[in-house]
Amino acid sequence: MKVHVRIKRFNPEKDRRPYWADYEVPTDPFDRVLDVLHYIKWNLDGTLALRRSCAHGICGSDAMLINGRNRLACKVLVKDLGNRITVEPLRGLPVIKDLVVDMEPFFAKYRHVMPWLVNDEPPPARERLQSPEERARIDDTTKCILCAVCTTACPIFWGNGEFLGPAALVAAHRFIFDSRDRAAAERLALLAERSGAFKCRTVFNCTDACPQGIEITKAIQELKRAIVLSRA
Amino acid sequence: MQATRVRPNGWEWVSWLYMRVSAVLLLGLVLGHLYIMHVINSTDTIDFAFVAQRFATPFWRVYDLLILVLALSHGLNGLRGIVNDYTRPGGGWRLVWNLGLWTVGLVFTLLGALVLFSFDPSAFARR
Repeated sequence: MKVHVRIKRFNPEKDRRPYWADYEVPTDPFDRVLDVLHYIKWNLDGTLALRRSCAHGICGSDAMLINGRNRLACKVLVKDLGNRITVEPLRGLPVIKDLVVDMEPFFAKYRHVMPWLVNDEPPPARERLQSPEERARIDDTTKCILCAVCTTACPIFWGNGEFLGPAALVAAHRFIFDSRDRAAAERLALLAERSGAFKCRTVFNCTDACPQGIEITKAIQELKRAIVLSRA
Repeated sequence: MQATRVRPNGWEWVSWLYMRVSAVLLLGLVLGHLYIMHVINSTDTIDFAFVAQRFATPFWRVYDLLILVLALSHGLNGLRGIVNDYTRPGGGWRLVWNLGLWTVGLVFTLLGALVLFSFDPSAFARR
């Protein structure tokens, strides 16, 4: 099976603006888009730049816009796309080269919500135990792989880079509702600001796009509720 | 911490909650208004006497003022959200838009309140 692949390419050292490059690639229907991109890079044009690491949907490196939707290239099969495949870099982040975007603005927002366990109480003899129920509270948001698919699918983030974005809010949720953590009030104060949780307009693009199936919009609504209940 | 500035603005949750509360209130108030004006009565039968009788007690004046204030502020607050989504923080356009929204809100609230509370049927009856 031959597929026609269009890739939005950009080399800042040579190109004044991005352009579309076309490739004909022999594939198997059960190949992943990542395999198709590998074929292009290894056999047709070695200058194609893309990120990938584990290639099994867990490191979150190969997020890109595939046929108009944010996905991981290693989790989409050619048979599900047909014989025309369009690949673009993620929207809302600066392009470094071809499909590689600058993730720093994304990680700056992630760091902003203090994504680490805060607990100054003296450690117990063995470990800080958590009941299965307490663990279940954060089960969904611990699944995040920081691929940036959700944040770069969010129209509020596209329109305004000051919004923390869904991924940072998911990270905040994961620690705020962790029974062992003690910095919930501090994080909720950060999220109560103008660029925080209330900038979410419940568009649901993040929830639709998440390759881990996290119910992101629901998590953000839980954060809004927690802020309102803690202030009101 | 770069790229995202910490701003000492913790009021966005109030705006968010206000949108929900005002929406629920408006639902009752506007449906009541529609029922009285267009179901029980109709625009064919509503005349000066009807309005004069309606505004004889302060209840309906306050009722209408409540609709005016809630609907106007709910709508303008929604626009403020859109403006804040699509303009730069601390930028000129955000300032211009927000000043415009506040001006529209204040002018129409005052104008509406003036009409509601300065209406005096006896002033017309004397002519």
